[in-house]
Amino acid sequence: MLEIKNLNLHYGVIHALKDISLTVNDGEIVTLIGANGAGKTSTLRTISGLEKATSGEILLDGESIMHMPAPKRVSMGISQVPEGRRIFPDMSVFENLEMGAYLRNDKDGIKADMEMVFGRFPILGMRKKQLAGTLSGGEQQMLAMGRALMSRPKILLLDEPSMGLAPILVQEIFNIIKVINATGTTILLVEQNANMALSIADRGYVIETGSIVLSGTGQELAQSPEVRKAYLGG
Amino acid sequence: MDQFLQQVVNGLSLGSIYALIALGYTMVYGIIKLINFAHGDIYMLGAYIGFAVVTIGGLGFFPALIIAMVLCAVIGIVTERIAYKPLRNSPRITLLITAIGVSFFMEYIMVYFVGANVRAFPDVLPKTQYRLGSIVINLQQIVIILTTIALMVLLQFIVHKTKIGKAMRAVSADRDAAELMGVKVDRTISATFAIGSALAGAGGVLVGIFYNSINPLMGMMPGLKAFVAAVFGGIGIIPGAMIGGVSIGVIETMVSGYGSSMYKDAVVFAILILVLIFKPSGLLGKNTREKV
Repeated sequence: MLEIKNLNLHYGVIHALKDISLTVNDGEIVTLIGANGAGKTSTLRTISGLEKATSGEILLDGESIMHMPAPKRVSMGISQVPEGRRIFPDMSVFENLEMGAYLRNDKDGIKADMEMVFGRFPILGMRKKQLAGTLSGGEQQMLAMGRALMSRPKILLLDEPSMGLAPILVQEIFNIIKVINATGTTILLVEQNANMALSIADRGYVIETGSIVLSGTGQELAQSPEVRKAYLGG
Repeated sequence: MDQFLQQVVNGLSLGSIYALIALGYTMVYGIIKLINFAHGDIYMLGAYIGFAVVTIGGLGFFPALIIAMVLCAVIGIVTERIAYKPLRNSPRITLLITAIGVSFFMEYIMVYFVGANVRAFPDVLPKTQYRLGSIVINLQQIVIILTTIALMVLLQFIVHKTKIGKAMRAVSADRDAAELMGVKVDRTISATFAIGSALAGAGGVLVGIFYNSINPLMGMMPGLKAFVAAVFGGIGIIPGAMIGGVSIGVIETMVSGYGSSMYKDAVVFAILILVLIFKPSGLLGKNTREKV
């Protein structure tokens, strides 16, 4: 589905991503774990087209999307739930979801997907007229995920969905991620909460100061001494 | 009491014009965080376009209004493309200085082509006066107020109900997030300049009718006052610009009516200072913070 080859990204003189290569196959949950500042968010931003890579290649279903502008990549089937949710606070829940379907024109399909989102996140259905900025953190995370699903993505990029949420909510969000994946959406999940991420991931990559240092199945990584020491508290 | 109501009527018509200009300031600020100091000059160009349509084209008020709005929209888009778009990733001060440059460019290119002298805006509306008790309202004032209300309703409709309006709100709230929804940011910014400039163009034609005189430097003072109005209401907030514009117009008229017209500008800028001291985010402004 998604293939990244030797991706490099510079912010001025800072070499933020160094020869990143990773693959996400159809139907998988793949996680990218690493410490703060390792380059996880930069990787997702580059895939979505918010950052321009210096070199490398990004393929979606074999087609290069390297030089496509961000909106075009959305229409190709890449959708992102950005770090910190980034919902539109002064728009209603309903309008936020409408924004998620911005590139679509099939009114009936949009309506059906809206019902699907309300089915998956009943709290959003109850609050659809409410301004998104007044929602709690967990509800905002659900809204951000619902919004991203409204574009009917082939692959969903999730950036730190557990950030700032109570443990019980983290569990709920991860359950929903599994359900979204089970209904046919491929997922690339970026997390600092390595434990949680590896528990639901088919495969994972570990990123450190801009380079991929380790990869394997979720279980392999969870048991790897390096990962345990660095990210899972021994 | 009668004099007071009379001043309110006069203030509302002047305030309507300020509000139309202030909307463009606030919309452009909302979307690219630029105080577009050339905005008052778009309004001046709108007045001249209206003047040309009426005197050369021999057309009436409504054609003049529509043509001025359309041409100002085009001028707004072109200005943004040429002057501001190349600076999209530059520091804000660079943009601000550029805007001041664009402002002088527009003023003096008009001085060059049409001369610096004041021209009389022809009477496009009959000088009918209506009496409500002891208050006198003339047709010009009614047309100005009604046109402004119609344009504001139209603007609210565009911003809240249309796709481009929602894109504008999304980009001004969070440019990256909007892009992740598939919004084309450049096109949305163009649309914002087009709408803001069209409103300023309408303001230009209306002020031509109101004051009967136009000149190439006429955009400076109303431009600054509309900026004050936008800050007063809360810059970046559309209803704030409407309220701010009308308030500044009424306050200015009251100062002229009860005090001395010599102080009207001083009072307006004193208000700016007070707003900046006591409520820097403006009447409708709020300090947002991230939720965790």
